[in-house]
Amino acid sequence: MQRRSSVAGWLPWTSRRLRTAGLLLCWLGLLTLAVPSLRAQRPAVSAPAWAGRLPITELTEEEAILHALNRLGFGPRPGEVERIRAMGLETWIRAQLHPEQIHDAAVARRLERYPTLTMSSGQLLEEFPNPALAARRMGISVEEYRRRMQEQRPSPGEVPASLRALAQDPARYTEIRLPGRITAELAMAKLTRAIYSERQLAEVLADFWFNHFNVFAGKGADRWLITSYERDAIRPHVLGKFRDLLGATAEHPAMLFYLDNWLSIDPKAYERLEQELTRRRELFQQRFGNASRRDRFGEPFDPFFVLPRQSRMAGDPRRADRQQQSAAAGNPQAAQQRLRQRRGLNENYARELLELHTLGVDGGYTQQDILEVARAFTGWTLRALNRDPEFYFDARLHDPGEKIVLGKKIHYGGKKDGEAVLDLLVRHPSTARFIATKLARRFVSDTPPESLVARMAETFQKTDGDIRAVVQSMVYSPEFWSRQVYRAKIKKPFELVASAVRALGAEVEVPLLLVSWVERIGEPLYQCQPPTGYSDRAEAWVNTGALLHRLNFAIALAANRVRGVRVDLTGLLARTDPRDPHAVLDRAVSQFLAGQISPETRTTIERQLADPQIRQAVLDDPAREINAALVFGLVLGAPEFQRR
Amino acid sequence: MELTRRVFLKSSGIALLGFSALPGFLTRAVAASQQKGSRRKILVVLFQRGALDGLNAVIPYGEANYYRLRPTIAIPRPQRGNREAALDLDGFFGLHPSLEPLLPLFSNQELAIVHAVGSPAYTRSHFDAQDYMESGTPGRKSTPDGWLNRHLQVSDAELAEDRRESPFRAVALGPALPRTLAGAAPAVALADVRQFQVLAPQAVVGGFEAMYAQAVDQALRGVGQEMFEAMDILRRNNPARYQPENGAEYPRSRFGQALLQVAQLIKADIGLECAFLDSGGWDHHVNEGGVQGQLANLLRDLAQGLAAFHRDLGERMADVVLVTMSEFGRTVHENGNRGTDHGTATCFFVLGGDVRGGKVYGKWPGLEREQLFEGRDLALTTDFRTVLSELIARHLGNTQLDAVFPGFTADQKTFLGLLRS
Repeated sequence: MQRRSSVAGWLPWTSRRLRTAGLLLCWLGLLTLAVPSLRAQRPAVSAPAWAGRLPITELTEEEAILHALNRLGFGPRPGEVERIRAMGLETWIRAQLHPEQIHDAAVARRLERYPTLTMSSGQLLEEFPNPALAARRMGISVEEYRRRMQEQRPSPGEVPASLRALAQDPARYTEIRLPGRITAELAMAKLTRAIYSERQLAEVLADFWFNHFNVFAGKGADRWLITSYERDAIRPHVLGKFRDLLGATAEHPAMLFYLDNWLSIDPKAYERLEQELTRRRELFQQRFGNASRRDRFGEPFDPFFVLPRQSRMAGDPRRADRQQQSAAAGNPQAAQQRLRQRRGLNENYARELLELHTLGVDGGYTQQDILEVARAFTGWTLRALNRDPEFYFDARLHDPGEKIVLGKKIHYGGKKDGEAVLDLLVRHPSTARFIATKLARRFVSDTPPESLVARMAETFQKTDGDIRAVVQSMVYSPEFWSRQVYRAKIKKPFELVASAVRALGAEVEVPLLLVSWVERIGEPLYQCQPPTGYSDRAEAWVNTGALLHRLNFAIALAANRVRGVRVDLTGLLARTDPRDPHAVLDRAVSQFLAGQISPETRTTIERQLADPQIRQAVLDDPAREINAALVFGLVLGAPEFQRR
Repeated sequence: MELTRRVFLKSSGIALLGFSALPGFLTRAVAASQQKGSRRKILVVLFQRGALDGLNAVIPYGEANYYRLRPTIAIPRPQRGNREAALDLDGFFGLHPSLEPLLPLFSNQELAIVHAVGSPAYTRSHFDAQDYMESGTPGRKSTPDGWLNRHLQVSDAELAEDRRESPFRAVALGPALPRTLAGAAPAVALADVRQFQVLAPQAVVGGFEAMYAQAVDQALRGVGQEMFEAMDILRRNNPARYQPENGAEYPRSRFGQALLQVAQLIKADIGLECAFLDSGGWDHHVNEGGVQGQLANLLRDLAQGLAAFHRDLGERMADVVLVTMSEFGRTVHENGNRGTDHGTATCFFVLGGDVRGGKVYGKWPGLEREQLFEGRDLALTTDFRTVLSELIARHLGNTQLDAVFPGFTADQKTFLGLLRS
């Protein structure tokens, strides 16, 4: 807008100047069309001074701050609205967009309690071996192995892995020596960060992107791989370039395993390898041919006897070996035939890459495109799955032929084929739209306004998929701050639990039981089976069973009945008369809902305040303190708190 | 009856006050309960996770290869007076001796067995195979919902806008909703029927109830009212005091107790149509055992549970069909650890008053070397969707099978004829 006024300033009079000015105006017009943020900054009603350059016209300052905390974070903590008001909302948002500049040492200290977070997949396999494999190695049954692992625990007493014992004393999770420990620590760390990190936007995005590129901890080896997946593939890129994020997930063993790409090979690879071996064998025979030479088994000496490790092609090395052995014992031809059948193209990753990661289901691709993409990703595999898993491109398994993806020819050969596909997908307009829609659905509304999605998609395309720029264009859009979307999103179970703990300013020592509440309310962390991830729409989270758990959680948390979490109600009521039920209610409503509660809900709660169970009244002591925990629980369980 | 009338009165009162959108399911439930003799048909699904060894549960004792390939874990041929041998069913198949409680159900033709059944996804990964079987779309991973939920969706779509089904129409006994029941149609996961309540003083529960009845938010209001009605219904049925009838004794295992709760929900007449439960531990790579051992113990638990369920429900069994399923079978050969590895086809049990029992269904593929799948597994001759399609179409009366199993042409002609009606 400044630019425009300066143009107006030197818009005088010669025709040449007029022409230049006209051109300039055209150019500026194009620019304003092209750069959405410029348009966005020109709301019909001008934003108040406290909003800075944020296009906020329909919300009050307090509402806007709450809205920001609820959407760009996991809800307000005590005193946080005032703190942001003091620093300025725009300043807070700008900082959130650059999390690396936010001091976050307190949460780092809390995370030190979870040693698995910093371990490599190899270390995790070493520390928490797969019971089935470990038992097999030791020649005992899995049950026997589990029993022995539990006996090795440092302190005697009840088996800590049993849920009952953990519910009594969640801190004993450290005694678990089975691989379930890895997922438990990961989930606890996720909650810890959501509750305590100052880098709230980055945490919301870490949740968003993990979910977008979902991997299920319960699928075989993935349990040992997802710690690294979230840490090394997702977190570094949550506000970075989408291409980097996509590439990091494509190459990560967790994804390669989850969507089976590690098993996908060019069906002709085996024949090619055999031909190559035959060629070399002949060459060797020609040069050094000596039929009398024998190896130590008395067979004719053949330096090329060992084929490349078949297990790499056939699946889980141990299982495959064992299956081959047992099958071969009964029927060698069948075993051979099976091996051949097993080796081939696997389309799973290709399909989900197009449908879920980039273009979206209606993104304009065909089954043939899926096939061609699968061919491009042959050879993207992994090695040492049971020791120290890592990505590995095996050129021998790669389909060297030309591929045609979305009408574009791809023929670089080698790993570059897959990378070219990723480049192509990131630049495709369907991807920009798909990602913009998903982000807007998560951050703004279940049915995001088309104008907003279009603007975000445009930013995505213009910036080559710069996530920070896309999020920024969202936050600098008036749609983000409209009255219509205020409190319009139902909290996911994870958001509900994190926001309730934050609202109470609770001290979390061991979040294990919070993790199990998130699960009960319907969102078991890291345990979403299908690659779609969890839904970002209300209907997925609103059902009778889930609501019951939401209410029970509200009551249990406010009453200090979640072990490992301490709620200091006295502190929260410091400046409130604990004998006055209405004062306590006011405090809870201002604390959790910034005073915004429907008259119906307020009347209902006020009616309950007269109840003796809440008043705890006895005849000779009418002025007793009321049961504040129940009042707080009622407000946390209210319909208003289920929304953000 | 008193209960439903009370609910009906209460809900009509609410309707007068203008909350007509909500208690439709109640009027429907009342309507259903008033039509005597038209009780709702119920399907109970039991998923045996880990891959049931169908060949040692329902033994093809007429196959010499069975004994040749399983030298240490085979179950001996039936023999009069020998309790350590298979229990003859039809001169070719026999039940594992641990399944003895099922024998009378087979004899009185309420129990059918489908053998060589499974999923044509041909994966030997537990994760993938369960995923495919629960989504009902073998080979397709991104199917977001489960087959049983899609069945509910189809009949939901036939309901008027302002009507809802009972909140207990689809129930999973367990802490989380399984893939089979995941999807757009409402379904409840109950870890324990006795714990379906708000654990707070009555004043708080009443407060929540009133709050949700007046919530501005429509979706939350509807679900909230459903939930409190459901709690009310359950409380009146007093789940903690439930006594199985006819002297039925359920095993104390997690599976047995879950099955007891299914019976309880059925008898409470609260609109249950689909129940899901699962049992684990069927993955016996090492020391599977034969007549005794790990598998024998699990099978005993299964048989005692099913027999108790049958006894407890008595004549109500006429409305119920229970089907068991497992992600795949196990190798025909035993392995070097006296166990079996991941295979292909297995067997399902189908129990119920409508079932044309007393028969082992399915084409038997044989155990000769060339008859085995990939030289090692019992070959698959019946797609699991054929079995489920028949139950959905003929028992639950939903004929839109292509919506339940997209991409699978469930031709009524291929049905096995498992049901009488």
